[in-house]
Amino acid sequence: MLYREAGDFKTTYKADSQTFPIAFDRWRYWAVLAVAWLVIPFVINDYWANAILVPFLIYAIAAIGLNILTGYCGQVSLGTGGFMAVGAYACYKLMTSFPDVSMLVHIMLAGGITALVGAAFGLPSLRIKGFYLAVATLAAQFFLVWLFNKVSWFYNYSASGQINAPERFVFGHAVTGANTTPAAQYLICLLFVTGCALLARNLTRGTVGRSWMAIRDMDIAAEIIGVDPLKAKLTAFAVSSFFIGISGALFFAVYLGAVEVGEAFGINKSFLVLFMCIIGGLGSLFGSFAGAAFLVLLPVALKVLGVDVLGWPTQIVSHLQLVVVGALIMFFLIKEPHGLAQMWRHIKEKLRLWPFPY
Amino acid sequence: MKFTTFSAAAIAGLMAANTAAAELVIPDLSYRTGPYAAGGIPFSDGYQDYFALLNARDGGIGGEPVRIVECETGYNTEKGVECYEATKGEGALVYQPLSTGITYQLIPKATADGIPIHTMGYGRTSAAEGEVFNWVFNYPGNYWDAASVAVNYLLDENGGDLSGKTIALVYHNSAYGKEPIRTLEELSAKHGFTLSTLAVDHPGQEQKSQWLQIRRERPDYVVMWGWGVMNQVAVQEAANVGFPMENFIGNWWAGAEHDVTPAGAAADGYKSLNMNRIQDYPVLDEIQTLVVDAGLAAGAGDNLGKVLYVRGMYAAMLAAEAIAKAQEIHGVSDITPAMMRDGMEALEITEARMTELGMGGIGPEFSVNCQNHGGSGEGLVQQWNAADGVFVPLTDFIAPDDSVIDPLITEDAMAFAAENNITPGCL
Repeated sequence: MLYREAGDFKTTYKADSQTFPIAFDRWRYWAVLAVAWLVIPFVINDYWANAILVPFLIYAIAAIGLNILTGYCGQVSLGTGGFMAVGAYACYKLMTSFPDVSMLVHIMLAGGITALVGAAFGLPSLRIKGFYLAVATLAAQFFLVWLFNKVSWFYNYSASGQINAPERFVFGHAVTGANTTPAAQYLICLLFVTGCALLARNLTRGTVGRSWMAIRDMDIAAEIIGVDPLKAKLTAFAVSSFFIGISGALFFAVYLGAVEVGEAFGINKSFLVLFMCIIGGLGSLFGSFAGAAFLVLLPVALKVLGVDVLGWPTQIVSHLQLVVVGALIMFFLIKEPHGLAQMWRHIKEKLRLWPFPY
Repeated sequence: MKFTTFSAAAIAGLMAANTAAAELVIPDLSYRTGPYAAGGIPFSDGYQDYFALLNARDGGIGGEPVRIVECETGYNTEKGVECYEATKGEGALVYQPLSTGITYQLIPKATADGIPIHTMGYGRTSAAEGEVFNWVFNYPGNYWDAASVAVNYLLDENGGDLSGKTIALVYHNSAYGKEPIRTLEELSAKHGFTLSTLAVDHPGQEQKSQWLQIRRERPDYVVMWGWGVMNQVAVQEAANVGFPMENFIGNWWAGAEHDVTPAGAAADGYKSLNMNRIQDYPVLDEIQTLVVDAGLAAGAGDNLGKVLYVRGMYAAMLAAEAIAKAQEIHGVSDITPAMMRDGMEALEITEARMTELGMGGIGPEFSVNCQNHGGSGEGLVQQWNAADGVFVPLTDFIAPDDSVIDPLITEDAMAFAAENNITPGCL
């Protein structure tokens, strides 16, 4: 009734190929943006920022990044944690070397540096595919973690090997360090999420994105119709790493404020982001957000339910979390192998006919 | 009250009655799951059981009951931050995260929020400089003290001369494990021993290559900075390569029963540092009758008297004494985190007081002041007796070499102050 194409006339090609062809979707999109930008910053507190929204937004950027590589271009990567570490350490070196430059510039540059590193590690993808490429990116993961542990220049020769984010500002407001307000933390992450999502959406609709998808669907056929695999694969690695680098920089500077590479950017992080993409839905931007929300919110929700509401012992809740999250992942993958995004598409199909299905 | 969580409304109704009475809230960021749980469980049990004893025996501290809020971190920094944010709103008096990684996260946050952190023998070593780290305390000792105590012990063993000897450091490749390297390098220059470092990656189950190297190089001594499953593997590997156990010294986080029992009789003679002497304390009997037998214990009650249980209890005692001190200074029983900080800064632990509390000789005597948040830094050496299954204290408390450590602490603290625009001073 509400959700339908009928009556929504398109008179230009531009209008016909817009992202949200259904009027209700467009309204919903603007409503989400309005709430995110105009309502949440005024009501957010420390707990919501640090435990829920900031990690959700940061993981969403990482999931978008990995989705470009794995979902749109079909190149499996297990190096996400390593690339996030590149973003974090690049950001740290830039922050401490150029303290007067705006954090926005540092984060973008950290993304740029990660893009270069990612493209370099993407070179093997021209010769190897599938599982073998996964192993090559796994090597990147271990190499990068080892590098940041081994070479003390990366952590400014501190005794502990930890990197700590000093206080830095954007337009006079602290966005890193202890005195950051939750609203500032949230807004800088939201800014990058919005930017990355718009960029990713428009890239995947254009020539570059179509060449990625051609490579994903069948690389030999793509090559025959004139897609350059070198260009397509390396741009996918570069763009994907750019996003992952930004998420790594935010993860270190805005969210945690102090990280040590083995603990924060280990192989577990690579798997976590990959699971977000798979559960959310490969090749879908909505899926990246849904997957990130699922894996960030579910453990917190289970903890609040188990410990705070039911009063169970913490270790039992913690073990149950693993069981429940694991079981839900299996359930979703069996019931809906294409992820939460596909489920959302089914709901929309049903909604179009509602309330008179025939 | 948890206005912070999304079940706020539901809980608010349920718990409204509880908040009416004043109480002292102590968060316990424990880890009873994951690769470090073997150490996290006994520490948390001891920490909680001592407060339970105070509640059961004395009705709390200064007439105020203590409420423990436990939050599971799994030794994971992200969960640690979540736990901190979830518990700080309840009026948390002091944080004891038992994780160097989480401590680094919490130092700036807790400083901004005005909540003290007590990192007993772990965390950031330079936090001993109280004028820079106003809200962080690491008494009775820190990592650099531990490194120096170990070297002083070896000096003693070798008649005061270590020149020409080699000492290998096997360390957890993290902030925790890297901490002693700088001090050991200074000490090696001073005493003329050769230091070689061998990193073990998290979680530490794979140490074949490190111990192969030790077998090849045959260092005179091996010092270990390990935690969790890494310790058990190291002791087993040392036994496998035939390294003499009496030349193998763990730091105070690498010397608990569960670290040595898996290797069986082969672990006999393994040495480690300790900041809390292991012996029979009257207070343990009280905990047994008033807490464990009454069904109030935090765990199953089977850790009573173990190394890390006693350490958790010791940490709780130091916190309780600081609370009492704060109540005395400010003349109120329901103290705030800021008052707690004052109490911690004025803390004085004497042998007489420890005996009075039923734990005479458990730790060194020390006092805290604004400049020195680190205590005396003394530690003792204990040795594992596999036949009886106990750690036997070999020495009394050994003092560290402050002439080496103090300049290092000042240097590191001043670097932190400069990086973060802190003007050192007392609060």
